[in-house]
Amino acid sequence: MVPTSYYLILSGILFSCGVIGFLIKRNIITIFMSIELMLNGVNLSFVAFAAQWHHLSGQVFVFFVMVVAAAEAAVGLAIIIAVFRTRETLNVDQVNLLKL
Amino acid sequence: MTDSLHLWLIPILPLIGTAINGFFGKRFSRQTVAAVALTFCGLAFAMALYVTARISSLELPHTELLAHWIRSGQFMVNFDFYLDQLTLVMLLVVTGVGLLIHIYSVGYMWEEGGFYRFFSYLNLFMFFMLTLVLAGNYLQMFIGWEGVGLASYLLIGFWFTKDSAASAGKKAFIVNRIGDFGFLIALFLMIKHLGSLNFTDVFSAVAKYPVETAGFGLLTSIGLLLMVGAAGKSAQVPLYVWLPDAMEGPTPVSALIHAATMVTAGVYMVARSHAIFNHAPNALTVVAVVGTLTALFAATIGVAQTDIKKVLAYSTVSQLGYMFMACGVAAYSAGIFHLMTHAFFKGLLFLAAGSVIHAVGGEQDMRKMGGLRQYIPVTFATMATATLAIAGIPGFAGFFSKDEILLHAYEANPIYWVLGVFTAFLTSFYMFRLLFLTFFGEYRGAGAEGSHGGGHGHGEQDHGHGMPHESPMIMLVPLMILAMLSVIGGWVWFGGVFEHFMAPVFGGGEGAATREAVSKTLEFTLMGVSTIAAFLGWFLALFLYVRNPALPQEIASALGGFYEAVVHKYYVDEFYTTLFVKPLVDGSTRILWHGVDQGVIDAAVNDTADGARHLSDAARQMQSGNLRSYAGWVAAGGALVLAYMVWMGVR
Repeated sequence: MVPTSYYLILSGILFSCGVIGFLIKRNIITIFMSIELMLNGVNLSFVAFAAQWHHLSGQVFVFFVMVVAAAEAAVGLAIIIAVFRTRETLNVDQVNLLKL
Repeated sequence: MTDSLHLWLIPILPLIGTAINGFFGKRFSRQTVAAVALTFCGLAFAMALYVTARISSLELPHTELLAHWIRSGQFMVNFDFYLDQLTLVMLLVVTGVGLLIHIYSVGYMWEEGGFYRFFSYLNLFMFFMLTLVLAGNYLQMFIGWEGVGLASYLLIGFWFTKDSAASAGKKAFIVNRIGDFGFLIALFLMIKHLGSLNFTDVFSAVAKYPVETAGFGLLTSIGLLLMVGAAGKSAQVPLYVWLPDAMEGPTPVSALIHAATMVTAGVYMVARSHAIFNHAPNALTVVAVVGTLTALFAATIGVAQTDIKKVLAYSTVSQLGYMFMACGVAAYSAGIFHLMTHAFFKGLLFLAAGSVIHAVGGEQDMRKMGGLRQYIPVTFATMATATLAIAGIPGFAGFFSKDEILLHAYEANPIYWVLGVFTAFLTSFYMFRLLFLTFFGEYRGAGAEGSHGGGHGHGEQDHGHGMPHESPMIMLVPLMILAMLSVIGGWVWFGGVFEHFMAPVFGGGEGAATREAVSKTLEFTLMGVSTIAAFLGWFLALFLYVRNPALPQEIASALGGFYEAVVHKYYVDEFYTTLFVKPLVDGSTRILWHGVDQGVIDAAVNDTADGARHLSDAARQMQSGNLRSYAGWVAAGGALVLAYMVWMGVR
């Protein structure tokens, strides 16, 4: 069996990739994907612990996170489309005003 | 009380005038302003006359309670009014001379700006002065005392755009404050030890104390502190310095406040407190010594002054010294007598000087006058009368009152008498010097050379005109009335009328007793000596300033340094500046202003603000508006929390 620490390290790497992507990317869609990556990194650690301790709450948590992430994706993508329609750019550095 | 005289009306009437002119005067015409001021001042005078008429039917001292004021346990102060012979004399002098000066001012100030302001202040002064003389307790007296100081300040600085006037006002106020401090401490001592400030209560409490012949007891302390107050208000050594500077004010103000009434408040206060002083002979000696010194000192300065009003100012200081000398030898009624006659002739002298200044277009330097006799005969006649009166020429008012003082001074200590007679000689000399320089010889003014002295505006009015001209009737009538009073004002001396009148106030006609004790020969000898002194002064002035006009200059240069010192008023102002004013100003500037205010208080506030600004400036950088930098901060924060948790776990 694969030791839990492997999963955790992978989870950390995924989360870090998400953070770094979030910080260095300018495209909103990429940033959005980085957020998903972070969420999934966390999800991985949840399920890893759930498997380790034979406890379901970790897996239940993951379902919750996935539901919230799905909702977030729906809202977030809608916002991104709205932003693109109004500004014709997805560069976050140019989207620094709430008002047009 | 059925036979109430409504004494409270007397001070209130001028206050109404003040209010009307002060609030609405700006919109009134000059005529209306003058009418309001004169009406209310005249009503006060009418009330004073009414009181005089009623006085024989009253039991004196007569007190009237207006309202309760302060009640604190056993201690009580009311608004009450106290009427006795002393008050009555003061009342008549203040309202009578005050009214005449009001009338005169209408003519004098007619062309000045701020006409309504002037009369508003003048009425305000009347209110406070009447409060002072009618007060039934020391605290109410103190209100009047401070109030006249305020009015004096406002009127000295009436031409407030002139720097010298503004600072003269401040000087008067500040020097007076030193005296008021003494007065106030005296009041505190009375409250603590005598338990009351009512005249009646205080005097009966004082009567229970033994006479403090030696040492430094309670009554001596109170007496000395009262004397400090009186010295401030009445311009005695060492606090006299403000009065000559106060001549920056309009001339009617100098006449009313700085000659006839306010400056005599100190004498009035000492006379009013005679019960205290009689029980503190040491304090009384101080009063006499200060008075004598002031009389002599100021008279010597007066000899060398060239500004017509400055001469009169030093003369006032000197005459006030006489009054204090009288009080100091317990001859209070003589002091008050001189106060009264002095109000007449010194008021007249100032008003006449004002008329002269008016005539020559604002010039105050006597060296630029001369020969005015032919141009302004009425002014000359009245001023000559006043000069004869102040010099102590027999038959005129000043002769009787001054002689009365000198007689009592001789009784107490011949040294006072010697100095007093010498001062009388000096007085006569400098007054006739003034008269001769101004009215005799050739006119030396600007008009004399044919050039119109339009731009020489040295003081008051600058209507440039050629030859001197007589003042309007409204100014001359008060002069004539005062001139009459300067002659007949002293005649109440005959048969001791004044002294008998005052006897109930100052206790058992002690003056009359003195008179019995003094042999007629001595009295007439003393009278003769002072008369000779007066005539000597007259002839010396005549000799020096009419017969040999070049001689004074030679004498002055022969005297050299001494003359210089006298011209510069013995450098007293310079001395005070070096000793008190400069250290105070420097200390305030360096330590309090630059050190404490700027260094500590301002610095604390400013540094706090600066610190907050710098901190905010740093924090502001976080809010760049760049989305990814926010994210970076969040990540950094998260990392920090994580690191903390790891560190906690490892520990």
